[in-house]
Amino acid sequence: MSKILIIAEHDGTSLNISTAKCVSCAQAIGGEIDIAVLGNGVDAVAAETAALDSVNKVIAVNAEHLAAPLAVNWASEVLALSADYSHLLGPSTTFGRDLMPRIAALCGVNQVSDIMEVDGAYAFKRPVYAGNAIVRVEPASDSKVVATVRTASWKAAGSGGNASVDPVNASRSPAAHTRYVGLSSEGGERPDLQSAVKVVSGGRALASEENFELIYQLADKIGAGVGASRAAVDAGYCPNDMQVGQTGKIISPDLYMAFGISGAIQHVTGIKDAGTIVAVNKDSEAPIFEVADIGLVADLFNVIPELEGLLG
Amino acid sequence: MKILVGIKRVVDYNVRIRVLPDGSGVDTDGVKMSVNPFDEIALEEALRIKEAGKADEVIVVSAGGDECQQQLRTGLAMGADRAIQVQTSEALQPLSVARVFQKVIEREDPGLVILGKQAIDDDNSQTAQMLAALWDRPQATFASSMEINGESATIIREVDAGLETIEIDLPAVVSVDLRMNEPRFVKLPDIMKAKRKPLEVLSLEDLGVAVTDQIAVSHFTPPPQREKGIIVEDTAQLVQELKNRGLL
Repeated sequence: MSKILIIAEHDGTSLNISTAKCVSCAQAIGGEIDIAVLGNGVDAVAAETAALDSVNKVIAVNAEHLAAPLAVNWASEVLALSADYSHLLGPSTTFGRDLMPRIAALCGVNQVSDIMEVDGAYAFKRPVYAGNAIVRVEPASDSKVVATVRTASWKAAGSGGNASVDPVNASRSPAAHTRYVGLSSEGGERPDLQSAVKVVSGGRALASEENFELIYQLADKIGAGVGASRAAVDAGYCPNDMQVGQTGKIISPDLYMAFGISGAIQHVTGIKDAGTIVAVNKDSEAPIFEVADIGLVADLFNVIPELEGLLG
Repeated sequence: MKILVGIKRVVDYNVRIRVLPDGSGVDTDGVKMSVNPFDEIALEEALRIKEAGKADEVIVVSAGGDECQQQLRTGLAMGADRAIQVQTSEALQPLSVARVFQKVIEREDPGLVILGKQAIDDDNSQTAQMLAALWDRPQATFASSMEINGESATIIREVDAGLETIEIDLPAVVSVDLRMNEPRFVKLPDIMKAKRKPLEVLSLEDLGVAVTDQIAVSHFTPPPQREKGIIVEDTAQLVQELKNRGLL
């Protein structure tokens, strides 16, 4: 039977939903599920974790040097806990993508990245080429599986559980060569592109940085994050970090509204997982209409003011 | 200080990916191949560090068949001083690539290794972290800015919650994100010059790396297609449609 250890993601005060999604993936693998909560003063987070469905036990490791999730310190601590487990899972967020490969290397195995489906305890499906192909990956069944879980593919497990919490002392000393300085949140009031429920995006047709203001205004009106095509970024209408696409951000909002975006392959790759895609473009032949759920062939410079008017 | 930069040959980001009918992989026949875009950003950063007088030499390294020499030449044309090809006909997975880099590090003794945050073909995003683990050195992944201060570096990392700042002692491994910089264009005279720059070819045996623990990869399939959408006539209809779907 599989013995699965999930590494919890949290900010010190509450559990990130990505952990509950890892639990769903672990349920699909089947077996005993433990969760490690590392940090400093994590009792509340550990209690929250213990309430997740089908968790056997929570291992709480408190130490000052684990307060920030520095991969170097966390990886050696997880390694110390890992001996009895067949599977080590973390979310495919920046947290898990930073940490899990370091653990995998210490275990001497390649990592299975971005599990989207479980075919068996040692067989998984994952996306490659930015989701343009799906592959089956099979690590050796006599080796430890270290994997990240693609959070967009899994529902969060419920929280009707009541697992025990085992406090464990940190067994490794901190690495002196890496020092945490701090975290700053960006973007002010506007939702973060990666986690926004709605995203309004502009393309080359905006034609200038000034015109791009239209996109910001509409986004603020409906509480959306702001994205852009590579063409708009290359033309200097908006900053680099707003680029949506294969070489930019791959996002999955409930609503994605593309204004004046032609729909180059590399852009479409970044929005494939969106719930509803709206495309507004003057050119009825634009490839964006092939993936749009709702298309409107019209000039964005007319549509955006009309939209604002209709939305009051 | 020397800087090592990893270069991977990948299907160009603008190519429409076609899965082969037998599910053995994706079609690369006659398809445009390029330097992995994140690796270009890694190289650009290394070149800027050298141009700022904080590094003496930039070495581009790739593991692959002879065809990857083309991407190494692109790296040399961008401004790298020399190139190392680690020859292999097998598609190495991240742990093997990390082992290759570890051996190259033993030979070259760099102060910094800069890699792309992921390759746009297998999207694994593992090599930098694995190399840092094997080398027992700091890792700074998904970096959007870095500043070298003598024996250490201050790195800003793009994380889901915002921007994280860390300080690392050198030598270290940094993996770069999109926002780090915009890579320079290669000019024709630089391409000519690049042909005369040294490109060393090593085998896995030369480095003493055995390829083990590869994960079996099979059954390539196209992703599920989105259902065909509708076309609305005007903005009012668009708003109505979004309201009907509970999106506004």
